[in-house]
Amino acid sequence: MNIWLVMLLGGLITFGMRFSLIYLFGRFEIPETMRRALHYVPPAVLSAIIFPELFLRDGTMNLTLDNYRLIAGLIAVLVAWFSKNTLITIIAGMLALFLLQFFL
Amino acid sequence: MNEKARNPALRVAEGFWAGVRAEVPLLVGVFPFGMIYGALALDAGLSTVAAQMMSSMVFAGSAQFITAQLVRESTPGLVVVLTIAVVNLRHMLYSASLAPYIAALSLRWKVLLSYLLTDEAYAPTIIRYEKDGITPSAHWFWLGAGFSLWFTWQISTALGIFLGTAIPESWSLDFALPLTFIAMIVPVLKNRPAIAAALSAGIVALAAYSLPYKLGLIVAALVGIAVGTFLEGRKSPGGRL
Repeated sequence: MNIWLVMLLGGLITFGMRFSLIYLFGRFEIPETMRRALHYVPPAVLSAIIFPELFLRDGTMNLTLDNYRLIAGLIAVLVAWFSKNTLITIIAGMLALFLLQFFL
Repeated sequence: MNEKARNPALRVAEGFWAGVRAEVPLLVGVFPFGMIYGALALDAGLSTVAAQMMSSMVFAGSAQFITAQLVRESTPGLVVVLTIAVVNLRHMLYSASLAPYIAALSLRWKVLLSYLLTDEAYAPTIIRYEKDGITPSAHWFWLGAGFSLWFTWQISTALGIFLGTAIPESWSLDFALPLTFIAMIVPVLKNRPAIAAALSAGIVALAAYSLPYKLGLIVAALVGIAVGTFLEGRKSPGGRL
């Protein structure tokens, strides 16, 4: 298949999935359980993205002190918990990673 | 304040730029990814035009990386298309999650905002909606977050195509992405079902990481959602994020 056709179909499908439930909303009744479930999409999806970034190095679990991203990430979690400030959290996490990388 | 209430244009601008500002840390993380994608796509044998156009036609980072890889391996086109579909399945969750907040907007807005609905646009937008609800400037926030990401993705793709990956890996700029997600999600983990949803999804994501096509991410998200919903239903109906 031609690369342009692949990109066109891939793009249409991607758009279709992004548009799907936005388009369908209001056209049918949403069960209460489903409505409740949607509130858990952000914590579930975001931590499913975050965990592998912190715990896995080259695809395998690394729980040692050599895993600087895990340490920096945990520091960021603490900073986020107490400060509730996005910018401070990101700066703290980046700074922690830089310091660990350059001084250890 | 009073002037803002009188002048809708100010409110629009305020919403848009608030979206851009919320997106900035994510842009820092996305930029090197865009460059790597551009360089990788060329290397995989795509023409410069095709490599660049994929960033606006598909506009989905991980799917584009995988597509470049599959093209390099001369994978049949139909398989590539199906792979893109599976990798991007999670966007249906985002679509469902944000749908109630823009139900009243015109079809044109819905199409535009859907096109811009990436991981990185979803995160700040849903956090904003859950905090402030539907406001007259909220969809402008989404547009600001989504468009600034789109713009950055196009520019970084182009730089990657023409310069290669010019940013040293040791700068670890990509780490800004998980950090921003941490900064956004930790403060809204206010009750046990939400914390349980996050932890269970994270653990399943680790266990299922080796599944192909980002399926691990979807499985993990569904498990987390189920755990949170179940715990909330068992405990106190109405207690939510």
